[in-house]
Amino acid sequence: MQNKNEMTLTFDARSVNEGFARMAVAAFVAELDPTLDEISDVKTAVSEAVTNVIIHAYDNPAEKVELTCCITGKDVEIVVSDTGKGIPDIPRAMEPFYTTKPELERSGMGFAFMEAFMDEIRVSSEVGKGTKVWMRKVIGTQEG
Amino acid sequence: MENQFEMKEGCLTIHMPRELDHHVAGQLRQEADFMIEAYHVRKLVFDFAGTEFMDSSGIGVIIGRSRNIGYFGGEAVAQNLSGRMKKIFMVSGLYKLIREE
Repeated sequence: MQNKNEMTLTFDARSVNEGFARMAVAAFVAELDPTLDEISDVKTAVSEAVTNVIIHAYDNPAEKVELTCCITGKDVEIVVSDTGKGIPDIPRAMEPFYTTKPELERSGMGFAFMEAFMDEIRVSSEVGKGTKVWMRKVIGTQEG
Repeated sequence: MENQFEMKEGCLTIHMPRELDHHVAGQLRQEADFMIEAYHVRKLVFDFAGTEFMDSSGIGVIIGRSRNIGYFGGEAVAQNLSGRMKKIFMVSGLYKLIREE
């Protein structure tokens, strides 16, 4: 039978938790014996997804971010979700360099980074209800 | 987190933080802009020797500062990029904006 393990975290949408979220996921997937590069890829993707929620989904930092990480064999699935504003135009939001917050000097690279560093990403959203980002990466496919 | 700056003969070196994300980006941006405006900076060096993590928030900081120094007629370069940082630079297209020294 395949190795299976799952965890869920709920935390405030405060920027201090960006580091906490990526460290928690890195620690959780450590049992798969990932390479340093794989761990960095996962940490970067988690950081992007959580940062998006904190910057775009809510005005109130006491609102919650939910993060689920599920390991099945060598497969890591991560879901980052919120109950915030939602994304009206997902393809547009995922375009590299597109940002709704240029005044904050956002690079518009968040989704591009998630796509670059994970094997698969899916985004679903409803305006006024929230957004869910699902990402997947198979650990153990990289050399070194 | 304290950010470290070094000013020498018109060259401002910023020792980038260990983890550069949205949480630390705001303060770094403010401090760097203050230094660039207050001193006659002709060259801006981003030193990544101590940086273990950077996401796209860090890219925003670098793009913004590189552009600002450009307005003042100066140039920006990056130093001590680890393998990971090179990958981040590659994926984000930062190499088109600033060169590695």
